[in-house]
Amino acid sequence: MWRFIGFRVLQSIPVLLVVITVTFFLVRIAPGGPFSSEKAVIPEVKAALEAQYRLNLPMFEQYTAYLGDLAQGDLGPSFKYPGRSVNELIAAGFPVTAELGLYALLVAISIGAVAGVIASLRPNTAQDYIPMSVAMIGICVPSLLMGPILILVFGIYLEWLPVSGWGDMPGDKILPAITLGSTYAAYIARLSRAGMLEVMSQDYIRTARAKGLPEWRVVVGHALRGGLIPVVAFLGPAFAGLLSGSFVVETIFQIPGLGRFYVQAAFNRDYTMILGATVFLATLIVVFNLLSDILAAWMNPRLRSQYGER
Amino acid sequence: MRWTCAARRTDPVLKVENLSVSFVTRMGTNKAVDDISFTVETGRITAVIGESGSGKSVACYSLLGLIPQPPGRIDGGRALFHGQDLLQMTAAELRRIRGRDIAMVFQDPMTCLNPYMTIGQQLVEPLLYHKKVSRAQARDRALELLDEVGIRDPASTIDNYPHQFSGGMRQRVMIAMALINEPELLIADEPTTALDVTIQAQILKLLATLQAKRNIGILFISHDLAVVADIADQIVVMQQGRIVETGNRDAIFRHASHPYTQKLLQAIPRGGKPVALPTSLPLVTVRNLCTSFQSGNTVVKAVDDVSFEVLRGEVLGLVGESGSGKSTIGRSLLRLVHASSGQIDFDGIDVTALQRRELKNLRRRMQFIFQDPFASLNPRMTVYDTLAEPLLLHGIETRSTVGAHVLRLMDDVGLARTFVRKYPHEFSGGQRQRIAIGRALATRPDFVVADEPVSALDVTIQAQILELMRELGREYGLTMLFISHDLSVVRQLADRIVVLYKGKIVEQAATEDLFQRPQQAYTQQLLRSIPGSTLLAADPSGTDTTLS
Amino acid sequence: MSAPQITDIAQAEQGTSLWRDAWLRLRRNRLAVCGLAVLAFFILVALLTPWIAPYGYAQQQLAVGATPPSAAHWLGTDIFGRDLLTQIMYGGRVSLAVGFIATAVALLIGVTWGAVAGYAGGKVDAVMMRLVDILYALPFMIFIVLLMVVFGRNMLLLFLAIGAVEWLTMARIMRSQVQSLRQQEFVEAAISLGLSPATIIRRHLVPNALGPIIVYTTLTIPSVMLLEAFLSFLGLGVQPPQTSWGLLISYGAESMEEYPWLLIFPGLALTLTLFSLNFLGDGLRDALDVRGAKD
Repeated sequence: MWRFIGFRVLQSIPVLLVVITVTFFLVRIAPGGPFSSEKAVIPEVKAALEAQYRLNLPMFEQYTAYLGDLAQGDLGPSFKYPGRSVNELIAAGFPVTAELGLYALLVAISIGAVAGVIASLRPNTAQDYIPMSVAMIGICVPSLLMGPILILVFGIYLEWLPVSGWGDMPGDKILPAITLGSTYAAYIARLSRAGMLEVMSQDYIRTARAKGLPEWRVVVGHALRGGLIPVVAFLGPAFAGLLSGSFVVETIFQIPGLGRFYVQAAFNRDYTMILGATVFLATLIVVFNLLSDILAAWMNPRLRSQYGER
Repeated sequence: MRWTCAARRTDPVLKVENLSVSFVTRMGTNKAVDDISFTVETGRITAVIGESGSGKSVACYSLLGLIPQPPGRIDGGRALFHGQDLLQMTAAELRRIRGRDIAMVFQDPMTCLNPYMTIGQQLVEPLLYHKKVSRAQARDRALELLDEVGIRDPASTIDNYPHQFSGGMRQRVMIAMALINEPELLIADEPTTALDVTIQAQILKLLATLQAKRNIGILFISHDLAVVADIADQIVVMQQGRIVETGNRDAIFRHASHPYTQKLLQAIPRGGKPVALPTSLPLVTVRNLCTSFQSGNTVVKAVDDVSFEVLRGEVLGLVGESGSGKSTIGRSLLRLVHASSGQIDFDGIDVTALQRRELKNLRRRMQFIFQDPFASLNPRMTVYDTLAEPLLLHGIETRSTVGAHVLRLMDDVGLARTFVRKYPHEFSGGQRQRIAIGRALATRPDFVVADEPVSALDVTIQAQILELMRELGREYGLTMLFISHDLSVVRQLADRIVVLYKGKIVEQAATEDLFQRPQQAYTQQLLRSIPGSTLLAADPSGTDTTLS
Repeated sequence: MSAPQITDIAQAEQGTSLWRDAWLRLRRNRLAVCGLAVLAFFILVALLTPWIAPYGYAQQQLAVGATPPSAAHWLGTDIFGRDLLTQIMYGGRVSLAVGFIATAVALLIGVTWGAVAGYAGGKVDAVMMRLVDILYALPFMIFIVLLMVVFGRNMLLLFLAIGAVEWLTMARIMRSQVQSLRQQEFVEAAISLGLSPATIIRRHLVPNALGPIIVYTTLTIPSVMLLEAFLSFLGLGVQPPQTSWGLLISYGAESMEEYPWLLIFPGLALTLTLFSLNFLGDGLRDALDVRGAKD
């Protein structure tokens, strides 16, 4: 198992390096310098600014210097908010996004897995069709539509819940979390249903029944572990999806999170901010992919013993 | 070699009367089990025999409520277990009996144990659920039983996962699990079918020993009369959902009255090939063949320095258990896998050194018949396309003339001409194997490698296909390498036999010499493991089989 | 293969091919058939839009302003007095085009990549699939946003960028298909008959790998359309004067309080299309008996 983890961690390093490199050069070759939009600047000021952002150096030296800063956890200064570093901006936005993502993930896993398992127990009956139809709605109504509709219904017509903000009013976290989580709840429901159906048709489930175990013990004791492995393996990609989904949800609900900063930075062409945030988000996604892979592998004894332990 | 004790007082532990089960689907109702009655007595083994689709498994599973309902439906009948009707019980009542009074052992030990739980966790489960015992007591009991079923060093293996055990060991674990509550009735569904023949003999012996010691009743389901010949007291023969014949073992084997039973008995491979050919020159010569595979970081030697010859016109049998390298040798001859070293000479041609174009010509003269007729035919090609492909490829026929040739081939392998436009999934296993044989013989090859060509088939079909191969071999003047795990099948076709074990040749001899005077211990063990050998040897209708 | 001139064969019973079998099964699946019908309708409308749209695409009636659905404007008008039905029809052209073209790009790259890797095996396969693994771990959504920022909102780039993301799964599916098929005995049989690799791929591998590819293609189109909608919603995708369903939804969301139809109808168009594609994909999966394709 440790060998597996070590192998996967090593494998992530080139991925991160590729992300950093590609992002860095993409941003650098982007048309229009950082200050070209502004009025003519006095040459001395411009030179000073370029020195501050290291734009006076050759491209490759800029790159190695950036890598050096990164190694120390420094993402550099922001173009658009002079005097503020990218680190500060991320530190301001990320906790909000993380909280939103966490709630959304909880919504997705709790609703999704329960609905999927329930549906799998009686396939092709109402107990299956109803949750799976709801899941289909979750997949086909994307968050960019789900958000406005929820606002319209619960915020404007029924006036039950606030329609924007984060932590300003009680209950204003509910709609964003549901909006962001619904798609993934739907995917998880479908995954866990498929996984459970697959496992429930296995011979060892028949063995468990032949032992006289009651059905709930067959399901909980014998089927869940294998049936939910696909769900665990999906958590990594789901997390990546949640992060990019937060761009839309934070825009709809006007939440001051990292996603909204990112989109704003994209419009403002705040290149250092884009670069820094991309590197930060990419690292997070790579780490989560790693974690969900390791967890899924650890749940499978065959894989666990295949990589050492012997 | 009969392990059960016949002298005990008998009373039925299970009495099934007029059981009928059907499956209701959108397509209609299908009667899977039709009005069957049989009994299992305490301390005795009742075997239910039938080919696939005979309803034997459905009948036994329905007793314990283990068939899904719907689509399954029990139409009527009684199943008395100590006077209580199992079929009338509620699900909860049945659950209390399952695993406590009636336990089961299934066919494939590879898939029947939960891969996510240690065997210890799985073993103690029935005990913890049905009896009031502590975890520690349950574990002790599990250790005792593992020891009893022949697992070495139970204390250190009890916390292992199933994939760490071999197939035979897993089946022992399954048996321990079934016996842990000391049930009165054991239902064993083809418990040895998935195992190698020597392991099969061990498991059968173990079952008989444990059964005699505990004096329990066993309901033994099998497709193979030979397997139950040694252990069954009572035999029930099923065909298409009905019981065609019931009787004690001797009655069935000696005086079977129903034609289907007789057909099953005749299908048991026994006796050898009638005439041996005079020796001639070798067509294929294999010298110091080695083939290894990369598996992870280790190199596995599948074939280790093997040398043999196949003489022109003969059938050479290649026998070994799983992992013996027999299939790899067959595939190496046709260059389907690459040999690591060694020479293969076919009629003066060095097979290992051929370029692509020469290889194509060679493949016209050498063909392969595969084991699984469900996998060896392209599911998207009709019989016509499948049979025409080699004829067109090698320029034997043109598009305008190939039709007649395809039909002649179909006649040769015994397929009705009207099937020519049908697809593989519309045929039975035996018919598919006929198509595959037709494809292999289309180019009129000199040499055919047949890799377990009948082991995926029902026994009666097996006999037909073997007969077909024997006929066609004569008609086409074939030289054949016949690969099988089953000595008694090989004996019917082969002139000489090569025995393999773990990639090396153990023994090679003329067929009857090998059967009469096996030289090596492993060969002797293989021969002893042939199921039903004792009984069939004594059978007056059998041939001159005499085994020590 | 041409029909032989043999009377016996002319009288032969016609077999049921797996494709025909699958088609019969699909026809019994009512949801899938509905999906197919709706999709065909939408595609037809999209193709004919320039001729059948009730109003001109850029035709504004500022004096009219936003009106709810009426006889003159079936789905109402937006704040510039533009006919919403016309807008949705033109937006659909873009959304569907993105969906189909980007999927075609993904299909082309993915199938070729996967087939080569699967057939070649060995080191070639290891290198090719390691690359896919590495790309898989990249946060592509963020990259697309980045690309759109850096290079401006360019339709061609959008197709390529989305196609470049989606081909990875396609390559994996194709590779695993080819690999498992290669081990099938019927492929070994074809090799032992002496068929050339090209013939084996064409006659034995491709027809049998097609099922999963069809299913996955059907399921890729909706996810591509979602990506487009996502980018357009953020203002990073399709740009005015062109429009798409994602962009219309984004405008609708801004004024949904006063003019809810501006949100609801474009949303309905997108959702209906996604439903149709997903139902069709699920139906095809069942009909073609494809297991494990993206559930």
